[in-house]
Parts: sequence; structure tokens; C-alpha cells
Amino acid sequence: MLEIENLSAWYGEAQALRDATLSVAEGEVVTLVGRNGAGKTTLVRCLMGLHKHLTGSIRLDGREITSLPAHKRARAGLGWVQDDRGIFANLSVEENLLLPPKVSDSAWTLEQVYDAFPALGSRRRAGGTTLSGGEQQMLAVARVLRTGARLLLLDEPSEGLAPVIVAQIGDIVRTAKQSGIGVLLIEQNVRFAATVADRHYLLAQGRLVESLDNDEFVERQDELLEHLGI
Amino acid sequence: MNAVLQYTVQGLAAGSFYALAALGLAVIFGVLGVVNFAHGAFYMLGAVAAAVLLDTVGMSLWLALIVVPLLMLVFGMLVERLLVQWLLPLDPLYNLLLTFGLTLLLVDLVKRRYGVSGLPYERPEALSGRVQLGGVGLPVYQLFVIGVALLVCLGVWLLMTRTRVGMIVRAATERPELAGALGINVGRWVTPVFGFGVALAGLAGVLAAPFRAITAEMGSDFIIILFAVVVIGGLGSIVGAVVGGFLVGLVEAFGQAYAPTFAQVLIFVLMAVVVLARPAGLFGREEATA
Ligand SMILES: Nc1ncnc2c1ncn2[C@@H]1O[C@H](COP(=O)(O)OP(=O)(O)O)[C@@H](O)[C@H]1O
Ligand SMILES: [Mg+2]
Repeated sequence: MLEIENLSAWYGEAQALRDATLSVAEGEVVTLVGRNGAGKTTLVRCLMGLHKHLTGSIRLDGREITSLPAHKRARAGLGWVQDDRGIFANLSVEENLLLPPKVSDSAWTLEQVYDAFPALGSRRRAGGTTLSGGEQQMLAVARVLRTGARLLLLDEPSEGLAPVIVAQIGDIVRTAKQSGIGVLLIEQNVRFAATVADRHYLLAQGRLVESLDNDEFVERQDELLEHLGI
Repeated sequence: MNAVLQYTVQGLAAGSFYALAALGLAVIFGVLGVVNFAHGAFYMLGAVAAAVLLDTVGMSLWLALIVVPLLMLVFGMLVERLLVQWLLPLDPLYNLLLTFGLTLLLVDLVKRRYGVSGLPYERPEALSGRVQLGGVGLPVYQLFVIGVALLVCLGVWLLMTRTRVGMIVRAATERPELAGALGINVGRWVTPVFGFGVALAGLAGVLAAPFRAITAEMGSDFIIILFAVVVIGGLGSIVGAVVGGFLVGLVEAFGQAYAPTFAQVLIFVLMAVVVLARPAGLFGREEATA
């Protein structure tokens, strides 16, 4: 459903992405693994139309979206969960959930969200950023599920969270996958990545250096950990 | 005691103009990131329009309170579409300069057409005179101004907190890029929000018409104090604009009563104290200034 071809991106003169070509299919979980500064966030910002200094092509369901503004990409089905979780402080938990417009029929209802995330239901009137870090991450993911986004772009969702919460995020990713949603998961947590993903891309200094299926990935886990400097 | 009540009402009435106009300044800054220097000129235009409409077609204050803000809404939307919009992608400083230039232009045009001596505005019969409250005779018009301002502030607050439009405006104010990436067409709201802010300045002008001297220059001092109001309340904060407005009005009224030579200075002393204690203003968020 998502096809990226020869994507290059720059900050001024500095090139942050070099000829990245990758794809994510429906119901497929694909990770993008790489150290800090490898260009992972830049890549998703390019996908969302927030980073504009780029060349190459981005297609969603065969449709060229490279020059669409951000809000149209969201409406085309991209569901972005920002690396800082992107929760609005001036909006309540429920308003954070209701802000983005529905983009497909597979949108979750508020009831479904609160069933799946009881912590959000009990704090629905509280300010978005009064939640704990883990709850905010749940809120950010629930928010894009509520829109019915068909491709999730998760930027390091497990970062800084306790293992129980990370496991919970894994469950959500698997649930999403089962309903046919594609997931591009940015991770530095190699062990977590191996538990949820079908395929993996390794990004180093803006270049996709490897593309592995999950078995190869698990086999070479130690080597990859070393590469990531963890 | 009587005097205190009297100055309080006087201060709240003066503060009403600041609160309404600052509210407009705050929503414009919030969504567009533009410091609208022309806000004082829009306030002046509201007052001039009310006076001209009364003089030419005999429009009552009651009707002017509705008609003039609507005219200002349209005018504001035109200004945004034709001028402000083109500079939005650039440094916000450009729009500050643009609206400063627009101020000079509007003030001069009004001077040319209506002179410098000021336009008369007769207060409606029902709003003249005084009422006895707690043994003090309080001007009816001041109480009326406070009532209208409180009602409008309450309305704007409900709009901001209870409606989808308000939710979008709050989100776009806090993190425009994120709101866009979540499917909100932030650009669509820019023109109506600017018009809305200008309409609030116009409304303040209409209310001021029977109360202040209506001259082309009446917005010049007003905008300076308005900037103090938003700095005190917190730039871009809706609640801060209202609280700051009334607070400054009170300081002004009591200053004029007890220390007339320092009345203006006191406002800026208040501003300095607030900024030293809370750089983002009373209700501003530190990170929102980034
Ligand atoms: N706003 C920016 N301005 C200039 N350089 C940036 C900016 N954001 C990121 N970079 C640079 O681009 C490269 C990739 O960054 P990023 O995409 O954030 O990496 P990652 O998400 O993999 O940690 C890094 O070298 C980083 O320093
Ligand atoms: Mg990153």
C-alpha cells in the first residue's frame, strides 16, 4: 500500500536521506531500525509532508502523494504518531481523540478505544498532557486508530516506556495488523521489533543498508545490537 | 468606600474595551502567529463606523453593535486574504510591519475624510444617567459596557471550549504542524479567525463610541496599552487576554484617581513586574512562545 522510491532529503546542504526505497503492504508490520541521527524521523516527516526539501516519489495505494499537503495525507489514510507523542495540552483526552477527522469506515468508536484503553476512559476529561508518558503513548496510538487510518507511522513508540507498556503497544500493533492496517514502526528496541514485525529495514547515515525478514533479523540480533551501539 | 466602587466600575468599563480587543489580538496571534499592529486602527474604525452610521442613516447603537462587527468581520477577512496571507510564510516580523503600515494608512484616510476634531456620538436615552447601587450613583453606560463585554467573553469562551471549531482553533494554536498532520486543514481557518479577531476590535470600538472621543488617533494609545494587556495576560492566551484587559482597566482607573500623573506608568510597571515573575505572562505557556 505504501511505496517509497529513491527518497532523498536535505537540511540545507546536509543530506539526511539518500535514495531510500521501501514498501509496506496491507496488514504488514515493517520496522525501520537505525541509530540516533540515521534519518528515521526525517523519513516519516517526508511521508507526512512536513519535510519538503526532498526528491523521489511516495505512493499510497498507487496514488502519488509526494506533493500533497499534510492534512490531505492524513485524510488519505496515513496515521502519524510523532516521536514526542504529540498530545495537545490544551485539549482534554477525549478532545485529543476526537480532533482528527475520520478517514475510513474502519475507524474505531470511542467505546472501542475506551474498552481497549481503560486508563483513557477514566481520564477522558483530564488535560491531554496530564497523563503519564505511557498513557500519552496509548492516547497517541488510539487517536490514529480512531480515525481509521490504514497505515500507521509509529516513531519510536516504545522509547522510555516500562516493559509492560511496551508489551501493550505490541498487542495494539498486532491487533492493527490483523485488521489489515499496515504499520511502519521506527524502533531502536531490537528485541521489541522482533516480536511484532514481518520485515525490517536497517537505516545508517540516511541510507537503507539492509532489508531483512524477521527470521534473519532474529538470527543476527546480536550483530544488529552492536551496530546500534546498544 | 463609595469612591472605590465608582473607580472599580470605571476601571472594569475601560477594561472591557481592552478585554474585547485583546481577545481578538489573542486569537489572531494564536492561529496566525501574527502580532496585529492594526488592531488599534480596527478599534478606531469600529467607533468611526458607528458614528458615521448614526449620522448618515440614523442607525441606533443597538443595531450598530451587531452591524459594525459584521462589517469589520468582512473587512478583516479581506485584509487577511489580500494582504496578510502573502506574508504568512515569511518571518512574522513582515506582518507586524504590514499591519503597522496599514495602521498609518487607515488613520490618515479617516483624518482626510472626517478631520481631526472628532465625531460626535449621542448616547441612547436608555443608557444615559446613573443608577443608585449601594448608595452610589453609577453611570448606566459603564455598567452596560461591562455587561456586554462579559457576555461576549463568555460567548467566546463557550465557543472555544464547547465547539469543534474551538477545539480546532486551540489545537492549531498549540501545534499547527501537528494539527495539519492529523487531517485538520489549518489554512482554512486562518481567514475567518483573522476576521473574527478584527470584529472583536470593531465591537470594542462601537462600545467606546458613546464613551470616548472618536478621532482617527483614538487607536494609537489604545494599541500600546493593548500590547501591555497581552504581555500581562500571556501572548495568545484567551483567558489571559480577558483577565489582563480588566486588570489593566482597573489599574488605569485607580491610577487616574489616586496618582493621575503616574496612571499610564503604573500599567507598564505592572507589566514589568508580571514579566519578571512570569516571563510568559499570567496565563501564557512557556513553550507556547517558541
Ligand atoms: N531540523 C533539523 N535541522 C538540521 N538538521 C537536522 C534537523 N533534524 C534532523 N537533522 C539531522 O538529520 C539527520 C537525521 O535526523 P533524524 O531524522 O531526526 O534521525 P533519527 O530520527 O533517525 O534519530 C541527523 O543528522 C540530524 O542531525
Ligand atoms: Mg527520531
